[in-house]
Amino acid sequence: MSASTTTLHPAALARRPTGRRNYARQYWLFAMPAAVVVVAVILFPWLFTFVMSVNDWKVSGNVYFVGLGNYEHLFHDPRFLWAVVRTLYFTTAAVVAPMLLGIWAAVCFAENFKLRGAARTIFILPMMATPVAIALVWTMMFHPQLGVLNYLLSLVGLPPSSWVYSSATVIPTLVMVETWQWTPLVMLIVLGGITSLPIDPYEAAVIDGANGWQMFRYITLPLVWPFIVVAAAMRIIDALKAFDTIFVITNGGPGTSSETINMLLYQTAFGYYDLGYASAMVVVFFALILLLSGVLLRMRKWEHGV
Amino acid sequence: MIGRRTLLASSAALLAAPAIIRTVHAQSTFDWKRCKGQRVVIALTKNPRADCLQQHQKEFEELTGIRVESEQMPEQQQRPKMVMELASGRPSFDVTHFSLHVSKRVVGTGLWLEDMRPYLANPALTAPDYDWADMSPGALRAATQPDGRIDSLPLESDIWLVYYNKQLFQQKGLSFPKTFDEMLATARKLNDPASGTYGFVARGVKNANVPVWTSILLGQDQETVTPDGRTLLTDTPGAIWAGEMYKSLLRECAPPGVIGFNWNECQTSFMQGKVGMWLDGVGFTPPLLDPKVSKIVDHVGFGVMPAGPKAQACPVFTDALGIPVQSKAKEAAYLYCQWATSKQMLLNLVNMGAGASPRLSTYQDPVLMKASPFGQEWLQTLLASMKIARSGLPEIVPVNEFRDVIGIALSNMIGGADVAKELHAATTAFQPVLAQSLKT
Repeated sequence: MSASTTTLHPAALARRPTGRRNYARQYWLFAMPAAVVVVAVILFPWLFTFVMSVNDWKVSGNVYFVGLGNYEHLFHDPRFLWAVVRTLYFTTAAVVAPMLLGIWAAVCFAENFKLRGAARTIFILPMMATPVAIALVWTMMFHPQLGVLNYLLSLVGLPPSSWVYSSATVIPTLVMVETWQWTPLVMLIVLGGITSLPIDPYEAAVIDGANGWQMFRYITLPLVWPFIVVAAAMRIIDALKAFDTIFVITNGGPGTSSETINMLLYQTAFGYYDLGYASAMVVVFFALILLLSGVLLRMRKWEHGV
Repeated sequence: MIGRRTLLASSAALLAAPAIIRTVHAQSTFDWKRCKGQRVVIALTKNPRADCLQQHQKEFEELTGIRVESEQMPEQQQRPKMVMELASGRPSFDVTHFSLHVSKRVVGTGLWLEDMRPYLANPALTAPDYDWADMSPGALRAATQPDGRIDSLPLESDIWLVYYNKQLFQQKGLSFPKTFDEMLATARKLNDPASGTYGFVARGVKNANVPVWTSILLGQDQETVTPDGRTLLTDTPGAIWAGEMYKSLLRECAPPGVIGFNWNECQTSFMQGKVGMWLDGVGFTPPLLDPKVSKIVDHVGFGVMPAGPKAQACPVFTDALGIPVQSKAKEAAYLYCQWATSKQMLLNLVNMGAGASPRLSTYQDPVLMKASPFGQEWLQTLLASMKIARSGLPEIVPVNEFRDVIGIALSNMIGGADVAKELHAATTAFQPVLAQSLKT
């Protein structure tokens, strides 16, 4: 390791008058406001959450230190363990489906065709709607007897579905809502990447006799990969924190069939008023998010390899 | 010449005069303006009772000179918001509207609300015609904490009953069932999935479904916990019988997807005329008789909860108003609570169809008795139900967790799970939670 990173000549450093103020030592004054904000709004809540998680902390009761008792309970609580499984299932499906459809839509919208602008505008409309409002509309459409979706199925000769009113179909149905709403976002990000690509590689590929799939696989995909990773990162974060649509449409039901970690910890904190146990869930959930972030970082490295 | 109508009206006025004079005199001696110029913030739970209070709010402001700022919030948000704000020690409201069957013990344990007894006993603060003793014994019991404190005033007693579609019953030549066994048999006869007609509907979604099961359980003359609130009675033979009945009614005779139905989905299905019976609270009556939204306006019947093998009882759930101990306008807030739970306001509430009044005098009102807003069958069902009303949920601190744990078991039963195993597992899972809640 080099001894110094300065570009000043050592002689110049040696000549510096000892009586002059060293401004470098006062930089902390400028960083202080930001540091205070970070401590107040990020670090303190986290520390406080951790403190709550090691206590038996009920809203209307006394507070008792229980050490890792809440964490121990967590790993023996089947409701929590199933919530983790459901969160991962929901997140995987709610990332993969919009990603595939969004990339496909971006490739389509990159082509020139009539009314392309109008089609794009219509395509991104779901993304602009308020999640709670669209959740209420979907809830009405899912009604097994009176909802429009089963009526549409009957028009094409298909049997009715129970949609969110069945344990077997509730998560796929919620993923369908997420996909409907967030595919446009993926499309916009990937389309931005595609439109910025140079056309030379495609011209060369055409001369070499490459077909459409080969051009997509070996030119488009590697070049827009950074955009895809960004879209995937945003989707993972969104899907992990999904709460509003699930809360409005199913509230975690039927039974606990759509109870993700978010739903369970909300219910534990604000339904059962057990803040200590809910805080332990938050800490474990945070660890899970860190783990997934690590996977994403790996993907970034792989992207550089590509 | 004096007409017959004029004569009748004059006679009625003459007969009513002493009572009116007494009331006016009582009112005139009580100073409703003692808190004039103050401001109170009211946190209401969104429901027809809150609509009634807001509709008449101006009358209170004119009577007292107190400025009222009231806000309605859906109960799913209002309940945790109220508890969190009270626990924080800095509530943003002077009066809170809450469900005693959900939050009674949690607010009672926290000692967050004013004890109303000194206020009720103070003639300077309580109008002579308020008549606390007029509250029904059930409502008084619901508003009283185990330590004797009365930290809320009852606003409404939501009686549960059975709505039924008279047209579907007539088509099959059926009469309203008197017992739960008859109810199941009737539901099976009405059930015809091929034509999209179903015999019965009630809440299947977890948590909300528990009062349906307890409605049946009361027919075993049994509640969900022992009177001391320490031991669960949720896997007894009576509880299993109620679970089997719940399972049969909802699994065999209800519309597909009922496992995810809350009251609103049930109401929507019933209003379309394709469901024979719906078991739920009396507060949901008005939309059923509104031609703009209901297809069965002329066919809605009201029936008292059927009898079980050991008893006939219906569950009752009480709404109430309380004042945070940190409120800076306690006297003004108490005047609001007193006005909201007065005889006239609770009569207004019943006339609006917003629920059942906790006051006995409401059901002696001659106008109401003669011209009930929803017909005599509705009124008679309400009166009969009041006589057999019992608490529909246990009075314990973790009542929400109780409703979730038992509710999940009930949802699983609709899915086909074994009733005894589910109830036993739920009881085993919840008993430690109950024990823990008694320690803190």
